[in-house]
Amino acid sequence: MLKIEKLHKSYPIGDSSLHVLKGIDLSVEEGEMVAIMGSSGSGKSTLLNIIGMLDEADEGDYVLDGVKIENLTEKKAAVYRNKFLGFIFQSFNLINYKNALENVALPLYYQGMNRKQRQEEGMFHLGKVGLADWAKHLPNELSGGQKQRVAIARALAAKPKLLLADEPTGALDTTTSYEIMEFIQQLNDEGKTILMVTHEEDIANMCKRIVRLKDGVIMEDTFVNQVRASQYV
Amino acid sequence: MKFLFDRDTWQEVYDSLSKNKLRSVLTMVGVWWGILLLIGLLGSAKGIENSFNRLFGSFATNSVFVWGQSTSKPFKGFQEGKQVRLSLSDAKKVEENVEGIEFVVPRNQNQAFVVRNFLSGTFGINGDYPLLDKVQKKKMTKGRFINQSDIDENKKVTVISEEIYKQLFEKDEEAIGQYIQINSINFKVIGLFENGNVNMGPTSDIHIPFTTFQQIYNQGEEIGWMMITGKPEYDIKQIEADAKLILRNLNKIHPEDKRAFGSFNLGSEFAKVAGFLKGMQFLTWFVGIATLIAGVFAIGNILLITVKERTKEIGVRRAIGATPFEIKRQIVVEAVFITLIAGFFGIISGGWILILIDKTIGQGDDAWMVNASVSIGIVFIALIILVVLGTLIGLIPAFKATSIKPIDALREE
Repeated sequence: MLKIEKLHKSYPIGDSSLHVLKGIDLSVEEGEMVAIMGSSGSGKSTLLNIIGMLDEADEGDYVLDGVKIENLTEKKAAVYRNKFLGFIFQSFNLINYKNALENVALPLYYQGMNRKQRQEEGMFHLGKVGLADWAKHLPNELSGGQKQRVAIARALAAKPKLLLADEPTGALDTTTSYEIMEFIQQLNDEGKTILMVTHEEDIANMCKRIVRLKDGVIMEDTFVNQVRASQYV
Repeated sequence: MKFLFDRDTWQEVYDSLSKNKLRSVLTMVGVWWGILLLIGLLGSAKGIENSFNRLFGSFATNSVFVWGQSTSKPFKGFQEGKQVRLSLSDAKKVEENVEGIEFVVPRNQNQAFVVRNFLSGTFGINGDYPLLDKVQKKKMTKGRFINQSDIDENKKVTVISEEIYKQLFEKDEEAIGQYIQINSINFKVIGLFENGNVNMGPTSDIHIPFTTFQQIYNQGEEIGWMMITGKPEYDIKQIEADAKLILRNLNKIHPEDKRAFGSFNLGSEFAKVAGFLKGMQFLTWFVGIATLIAGVFAIGNILLITVKERTKEIGVRRAIGATPFEIKRQIVVEAVFITLIAGFFGIISGGWILILIDKTIGQGDDAWMVNASVSIGIVFIALIILVVLGTLIGLIPAFKATSIKPIDALREE
């Protein structure tokens, strides 16, 4: 599904440069649910951004679903993002003047789907996250958990091969976090490949595999017994 | 072009503009004001031009008046100070020999005591050919102007102005067919006319046939002055010079004698005013377009700020698959849309101003603005300018929006 070899990334800081990723090798199979952990500055977000094609590596290979990702122009990256990836952000990143349904349907708009079909698909995905009744509500009329569920519906709408979540529960309280995790687990159960960055142990333990990063290298890569979020809810 | 007819494109535009109404409205004010000025000024300029054309409309403007004065140089045995009198044959020669002439109208005038019943007055009497009506259109209110048979038969008929009618006739009295006495000779009134706003030459309130004038004043071949009109494509100054040259030859006058003939070149006077009108129109366009450009720049400026504020939103859109082109297109469409809407309002309110001008100062015979208006063509030109400027100015924020990497845009708080 996803294969990364000898990935390097550094950021220029003034005259010197900061070496953030120092040769990452990672391979993720279809249906996995991986948590990337590490303290701040460990490079976990950078890794996720490179996987998400929001950022580009300096060195190394990256193959996603059999497609070698290289020489990305902005346009190519946009097409890949739209086709392969769904994003879930810590701060939800919903467009605040669009209602829930419009937010969910937005990736489909960029896929060139017609309006009617978009509405139907959007409603279907909103239904899946249990917010069909909230379709016409603006983001600021929703709770944090609801917003994240809308964001998840949006990420799913484009039928991505890989779901990338950057601290999906970072802005939520514990109960809501578990609700969201339960939901993400369900998606995984249905076969979606999920990659998430988190620094919370309990959240990481709800994944099936934990990759620990420190100073730009993988310290530990273990498969864990998944803790079902449903038992807390 | 398909995206232009896509409801979603406009939904996006509407959403992002209505999200901040105050800002959108303030943005539009600049362009609105620009196009309002452009339409208002162009319409007013047109109104002034129209009123000017109305004043001179009854007049062949490409014309010159020439009359005889006294010589200032001795020539061929004649001493200086010789009185120069033009004659009918002079007029004929001028007409035959000068290039570009349309008409030559010889005229005569004299003062006469005019009586009707118990009313009387002293007025200028003109001896005229029917041709006068061609170069100085008479607005006949009743009856007709002098015709060829009046000339041929030396008829004692007269055409008088409404002013004369008021002085010699009772109110509501029928004038046509009545007689007035000019120098104790009865003349039958055959026509009434209304004087225009502009009169060239001495006031001409009473016209009689030229031949009749010759007879009663014993003028012979002499004429008072001649009115020469040139064809539109000829320069009236050249015609004037050519005519004077011939007249000097015919009357044995020194070639450099400036005083022998008096003249008034209506064409060149008219050209000055026409030039002034042109200048005014140019100024109008200049001011209007400059204001418009300032307004469009204001839009560009605001959109730039908007893009800055929307950095994160743009980042999100790109993360979920919007290509840079789609983002740029969106912003350019917004710019053009907002410019056009402002432009439409500007055109409409500019039209209202012109209506207001027309309703207030555009009415009546002596209005100095007549039918103040702009043509549809000009409105289209203005709209095209708006679209072009809107597109160009929209490109700046559009490129700004996509110059930031999506990852940086997303980090923006």
